[in-house]
Amino acid sequence: MKNRKLLLEHIDLPGIETFDVYRKSGGYRSVEKSLNTMTPDEVVEEVKKSGLRGRGGAGFPTGMKWSFLAKPEGVPRYLVCNADESEPGTFKDRYLMEKNPHLLIEGMITSSYALGANTSYIYVRGEYMYILTILEKAIAEAYKNGFLGKNILGKGYDLDIYVAPGAGAYICGEETALLESLEGKRGNPRIKPPFPAVKGLWGCPTVVNNVETLVAVVPIVNEGGEAYASIGIGKSTGTKLISACGNVVRPGVYEIEMGVSVEEFIYGDDYCQGIANNKKLKACVPGGSSVPILPHYLVTKTAAGENRLMTYESLAEGGFVSGSMLGSGGFIVFDEDQCIVRNTWNFTRFYAHESCGQCSPCREGTGWMEKVLNRLESGQGNIRDIDLLAEINKKIEGNTICPLGDAAAWPVAAAIRHFREEFEWHVTNSDEALKRNFGLSKELIMA
Amino acid sequence: MHNMKTENNTTQVMEPFKGFSKETLSKFEEIKTHFPAGKEQSAIIRMLHLAQIEIGWLSTEGMNEVAKALNIEPIEVYEVATFYTMFHLNPVGKHVFEVCRTGPCMLVGSDKIIEYIQKKLAIEVGGTSADGMFTLKTVECLGACGYGPVIQCNYKFHQHLTLEKVDELIDAYRSGIIENS
Repeated sequence: MKNRKLLLEHIDLPGIETFDVYRKSGGYRSVEKSLNTMTPDEVVEEVKKSGLRGRGGAGFPTGMKWSFLAKPEGVPRYLVCNADESEPGTFKDRYLMEKNPHLLIEGMITSSYALGANTSYIYVRGEYMYILTILEKAIAEAYKNGFLGKNILGKGYDLDIYVAPGAGAYICGEETALLESLEGKRGNPRIKPPFPAVKGLWGCPTVVNNVETLVAVVPIVNEGGEAYASIGIGKSTGTKLISACGNVVRPGVYEIEMGVSVEEFIYGDDYCQGIANNKKLKACVPGGSSVPILPHYLVTKTAAGENRLMTYESLAEGGFVSGSMLGSGGFIVFDEDQCIVRNTWNFTRFYAHESCGQCSPCREGTGWMEKVLNRLESGQGNIRDIDLLAEINKKIEGNTICPLGDAAAWPVAAAIRHFREEFEWHVTNSDEALKRNFGLSKELIMA
Repeated sequence: MHNMKTENNTTQVMEPFKGFSKETLSKFEEIKTHFPAGKEQSAIIRMLHLAQIEIGWLSTEGMNEVAKALNIEPIEVYEVATFYTMFHLNPVGKHVFEVCRTGPCMLVGSDKIIEYIQKKLAIEVGGTSADGMFTLKTVECLGACGYGPVIQCNYKFHQHLTLEKVDELIDAYRSGIIENS
């Protein structure tokens, strides 16, 4: 499969962060094309045709999300870019914004035009403060060159873009928590409905999109939605940024055409180049810490023995029994030396720390799971603890305002489903479990 | 001058807070213009970052000044400040090492980095070195998973850490080669 780059094409071009170089490389064409030759609805139509799905993790069709935006007379509408990127394993938006900030600004202008927004915000996680500076510099250049401000390109369209930082809260990646935070409050998710498309920022109709989603609008408008949709397989169209980390030879951000095989992504020369230190693959979390972990025998092949592909559908093949999710594209690889119990405990500690505390099942449940997992990991566990975790899981899942509860529950359920014998080993061989890791499961040892 | 207790109970001599500098106050006003009239509270998080940069942490006096600048009640500022983990609600050392402890960093050895810094600076997580130079904190995912292990220190990222690099980093901060941003 050839390796087309739509988003990272110019990422290593020297000076691409400046307006002049970005413009010379073909930048801001989508703004010219849309403002000069298209109505806002025609831009929305192209995005619908492209099949683009939200790149933050949920994978909801972007064109459909846009078409839900309420348009009452005399009420401002807002576009908010979610640059909170906080799903463990995910660092693609950082890379994109740091290296090519104008691409995001361009995507935001074109998208704001399509939505009829005259003020748009980029909410950047507080830890990315240096990127806030990079973005503000790019925004200032865009104003200077007539792509932002009043009467853009003489077409009577006005747009201001501002950047606002968070200050360390995973939950602010959830769109309603993000809006609360952007309003200067604690990041507590809101009850939906009403959805942001009806009542969002300051009670006004709002679209919240991930960085990569808005950036993808640029090639979609430039080349047309159909051309974009011709890349990929089925309902997984276009390209996707995957941030690979953990025990691979070459961690980093890769743009893949949807449909590259997982095997090629992990072992191929163009991507991760295999498992680091000549170790064997033990497991993979393919879409950020919230998605189910896959044991090595379900990573490159599905349970039915088909090649697993980097698409929304193929990674989910087998449901939660034997599949996972593409999620945010945070691709975390575990080698044979890693301890699944320890990792599950670590992720659970993350969710316990990041729970906003509004809903009891999540606030209490994540804390209980963290304690039980810590007990198991430190050799103090009881065999009943394993089923206790599953019990707590069921009480969290589906019983909270926002998906953080599910995000905390799924990884634990999946880890127990696929690695139960490793959890049991921590109880039955607790002295040994303190000294060494379990290693690989039987299937691979026999293979 | 008065004495303040830091998180590990070492005593540091602190300057009393006399209000924000003119630059910070004018930045406060500029940030407020990013939001529609009546919605200026949206500026609070960025203002708190600036407040913390100037004071070194978020003291009650500092937060009260932010409340004044926004024309809101102090409690509304405390509510926000206590939600977000980047805000230091107790005095900290000159440089705050925030080491990522989440999964992807753990896979590439963040535990060893945390343990090593504790030994080297003779402090626990949350503590400040006796000379007041360093505070060690552990934090959840910094979004730099492919570049781990990672430390963020006063908004600067230090990536691909090894024990040797930690030594160099501490020396560089001690000798002033690296300045706070």
